[in-house]
Formats: sequence, C-alpha cells, structure tokens
Amino acid sequence: MRSTKISDAILVSNYINGSERSLEVLIQRHQQRIFSFIFSKVLDREIAEDIFQDTFIKVIKTLKKGNYNEEGKFLPWIMRIAHNLVIDYFRKNKRIPTFKNKDDFDIFSVISDEKLNIENELIKNQILNDVKELVFELPEDQKEVLLMRIYKDMSFKEIAENTNVSINTALGRMRYALINLRKLIEKHKIILVN
Amino acid sequence: MMKLYSENASVKEQPKQETVQYLLSYSKQLRIVKTNKKQYIELHLN
Repeated sequence: MRSTKISDAILVSNYINGSERSLEVLIQRHQQRIFSFIFSKVLDREIAEDIFQDTFIKVIKTLKKGNYNEEGKFLPWIMRIAHNLVIDYFRKNKRIPTFKNKDDFDIFSVISDEKLNIENELIKNQILNDVKELVFELPEDQKEVLLMRIYKDMSFKEIAENTNVSINTALGRMRYALINLRKLIEKHKIILVN
Repeated sequence: MMKLYSENASVKEQPKQETVQYLLSYSKQLRIVKTNKKQYIELHLN
C-alpha cells in the first residue's frame, strides 16, 4: 500500500488548529537533522539537548500564538531558530568573536563562498535575504552605489561615471552606506553570521 | 570570512526520547491566550 506524506505546511496548519499529533510527526520528521546540526556546532550532547528543546519550545509558542507566517518554509525557519540559539549559547560562553563596529568592518565579509553543507546554505540564504532587505532601507544615492559595487561588481570609476559624480563622492556614499547598514543591523537586532 | 564553528557536517545524531516526550507534553499543557492589549498569557495546564 502506498503511503502519502503530509506536507510540513499542512502539519503546521493542523497543529495550529489543535492537532497535537501533527507536532509529533513534525518533530519525528526533522529531529535528526535539527539535532545533528546543533550537535555539530556545540559538540556536547547535553548542551545540544537543551538547545534542541529550547528550539522547539520557541516553535510551539510561536505556532500557538498564531505568529507563524512562513507557510511552506518550516524547516528553514526552525533551522534559523536553532542557529540563533546556538549563537546565543556561544555568546553567553564567550566562545566566539563578536563583531565590532570598526570602520574597516565589511558587512559582506560574513558571507562565504566556500562549499556549504545544506544547513549552512539555508542560513546563508536567509542572511543574504536579510542583507538585501536592509540595503533597500538605505538612502537612494547610497543604495545605488552599494548595489553597483557589491551586486554588479563595478569599480568605483565605473560607478562614478554611471552616477555622474566624482570617484570621491562614490567612495563616500559607499562608506556611509556601510555605516548605515551597521546601524540598521543594530536597530533590527539582526544576527549576521555563518 | 569569520569561522565561528568547526566543520562537522556528517554528524547524524538523535535527541533523547525523553526530550521529545517532554516537548510533546509541554505542547499539550500549554495554552496561550491573547489579551485585548495585544499581549499573550501563557497557561501551563496539568
């Protein structure tokens, strides 16, 4: 007999509507992947158990509050929660470096090109989306320079020619764009690490 | 690129059954009530 697999989105919907069994299926379906991800980072079974538990407690509370709005993206969402809790754990234990607001800090340095495993790829995609959203909050002239430099890989000479400003002005706009991005990251309390 | 963690993508581990059971019980006991001030009250029922 052929069994049909119920999608995460339907299970989430059923759970929100009161089906506790749906949560059980969701946990069973994803527990290995999520727990393995956490364990691969903290390398301690007890700590991994705690973070796994906290991850699902956040999931349960969010779903029961009706605040979940990422239908069809359940796993990336939960992986992001787990990732953030891992970061919190390391921050509390001061086991990772933290970003400092220095002028030479490049926001894009946190995005890697190296071969990624699937979890890191999910996280990287979410970070890229976060950064893109932040870029669109910048003033128009700064956003224009930043998009040309980072996303179109144009030189400052080319940017200056395309925007009818001097190279120094283009450089200045890029500098302010990065400064403002840092401020936006702080304002939105966004964690940009991978 | 800042390297925050060691690479170990091939790990395949499972949480303890008791952890999963705790979560299922936690969920069954939790009721969340939205107040008219856009706040939530968490009720843990036995």
